[in-house]
Amino acid sequence: MQALVIVAHGSHLNPDSSTPTYDHADTIREVGAFDEVRTGFWKEEPSIREVLRTVEADEVYVVPLFISEGYFTEQVIPRELRLDGWDVADWDSDGLSASHVTLTAEDVPEKTVHYCGPVGTHEAMTDVIVRRAESVTGDPNVGDGFGLAVVGHGTERNENSAKAIEYHADRIRQMGRFDEVQALYMDEDPEVDDVTDYFDSEDIVVVPLFVADGFHTQEDIPEDMGLTDDYRTGYDVPAVVDGHRIWYAGAVGTEGLMADVVLERAADAGADIGDALEVVREKTRATEEV
Amino acid sequence: MSNHIDAVVDAARDGIEHDGFAVTFEDGTYRLDTPEMTFENLSEDELYDLFTQWADEAGHDWHFWSDVVGDVSQHRRAFLQWVEGFDERPLNERYEALRNGVSTEWGQLRITVELDDDTRVYDVRHVDDADVDTDELDPYHDPLAARQLSTYDENGRYRPLKSGNNLAGGWVFPDIDAHTLVETVETFYPASVPNWYREREGTLDVEHWEDTIGRQTGMYSVIETWNRGDGHEHVDWVAEACCDDSQCVKRREWQCDDETDLDVDGGDGVFPCREPCSLVIAASRKWTRLEGEETQTYEFELTPSEKAQVEEIIEAVADGRIDDIREADVYEGANRYRTRFLRAKLFDEDGNLCGVPTDDE
Repeated sequence: MQALVIVAHGSHLNPDSSTPTYDHADTIREVGAFDEVRTGFWKEEPSIREVLRTVEADEVYVVPLFISEGYFTEQVIPRELRLDGWDVADWDSDGLSASHVTLTAEDVPEKTVHYCGPVGTHEAMTDVIVRRAESVTGDPNVGDGFGLAVVGHGTERNENSAKAIEYHADRIRQMGRFDEVQALYMDEDPEVDDVTDYFDSEDIVVVPLFVADGFHTQEDIPEDMGLTDDYRTGYDVPAVVDGHRIWYAGAVGTEGLMADVVLERAADAGADIGDALEVVREKTRATEEV
Repeated sequence: MSNHIDAVVDAARDGIEHDGFAVTFEDGTYRLDTPEMTFENLSEDELYDLFTQWADEAGHDWHFWSDVVGDVSQHRRAFLQWVEGFDERPLNERYEALRNGVSTEWGQLRITVELDDDTRVYDVRHVDDADVDTDELDPYHDPLAARQLSTYDENGRYRPLKSGNNLAGGWVFPDIDAHTLVETVETFYPASVPNWYREREGTLDVEHWEDTIGRQTGMYSVIETWNRGDGHEHVDWVAEACCDDSQCVKRREWQCDDETDLDVDGGDGVFPCREPCSLVIAASRKWTRLEGEETQTYEFELTPSEKAQVEEIIEAVADGRIDDIREADVYEGANRYRTRFLRAKLFDEDGNLCGVPTDDE
């Protein structure tokens, strides 16, 4: 028996914070790749502290629904899961390359726990960003004549936060699909406030690399970019700012294809997922066309 | 012809032992032991007839636990047995009760189990809807539907705590099977079944306040600074504020530390709370900041009724009674018009009570 456990932040204030986690868990549950699919949260229940005891399978793949490696993936989650012998050095990561490590957990010593790197740094995440651009423009071939901005939080406290953004922006740039690709940030330069300064293209797709829609993606970023003076009054997609059409995508984590990245993480750690990847790709694409 | 008798007789060759009944197979014949009688040298047909006549309930029960519930985790099985009082009543009494339906409560859930042809069927609804006709409730059959039902209270506000004592009713999971029952219960109250089971087995890993606070890092590490001196009065206040039965359906088992119990009661919940939850931690961080302040002396003039009214407002907010106070009931201190009058009379333009500034300028 093998189980998938998706761990995420959750919120005491915003019920939408956990929605993408549940959605991706449901998608994966439906394809039947795992005997069990469970979710655990830092701020909701079951807590990460207790999620492993809700699992009946003896092989457990834990995938953090977080964007970057750092405080949560290296300290909080391993501590709360009570991973015996956890040492971040075992990931041997440069901040982008954490794959998985196999350990046991103190409160369920009979289980084997495969603790995976976060979804945000997996190479498959690049495809989700591109898919997000397709979803928001309604054009499966979007690229020509378009600029793409990948937006991160950015923080001086954790250099890995920006690394994930740069990594995916570079990969999309190398695809040559969009005329221009730029990494932008909320809290450091180059700032998303000045998005139109960084593009010549008339059309710009803006994809925030966030797990869930919340305060930052629904309020800060739309207002900072000048899509709206007050997020409560809403904004158009696309909205015209300084002569550019801004196609604002909202949090990439809400994209159905994200379930694919979760599966990729578990498969990299040794999970037997059969043809689930293909099924999820078909399923998430079909859902959006409805 | 009942499936469960077929199943019992099919399995009898390997031997069966269940709740006082036993079947053994030796030298080509069967032997059936019941709590009252023994039958020996039985052919397969005779065994079939005996089960039909003498041990139908035992066969039914064996079939349910062996074939229908089958090979599941110990906590799942123990919970299903607890729901129908497996350890509380002998087989015949249990079956008599199950024919009429056996109900129990789990937090704000009311769970009923009844016999059905070859199995059991369960019904889950809000305890307040115990006597409501099933037809008047919204029916659900997918355990994951409980996720949405538990996300908002009856006013449509987000419930950050799944075990909060404010689950909205109006729904029912009718005629569900054993597997769906446990999944539904665990969706309403995550980890409640495994923790309850661990407690029954004497292996619940309770983490007390000091342990939980001690492992916090980042923005929550500050809470440790709240533990000054030997007292735990502040932790009593936290438990009284957050962990009371009126707020949370779990029974608080965590204390100050291994040797020091809190002074406030942990409540009567059927399943335990094994450590301060994330909501308690988040609130305690705020209280740590607030409690770091020194007290000051303010001088106000209030009428006795105004002082009493301030106290009534605090009571009403703390007990969540605001919505119950009628708009025109000016006899209630926390009535909106009474409160607006108090503000109009006593607050200055900066919102200072009696015109007394909060900060000592």
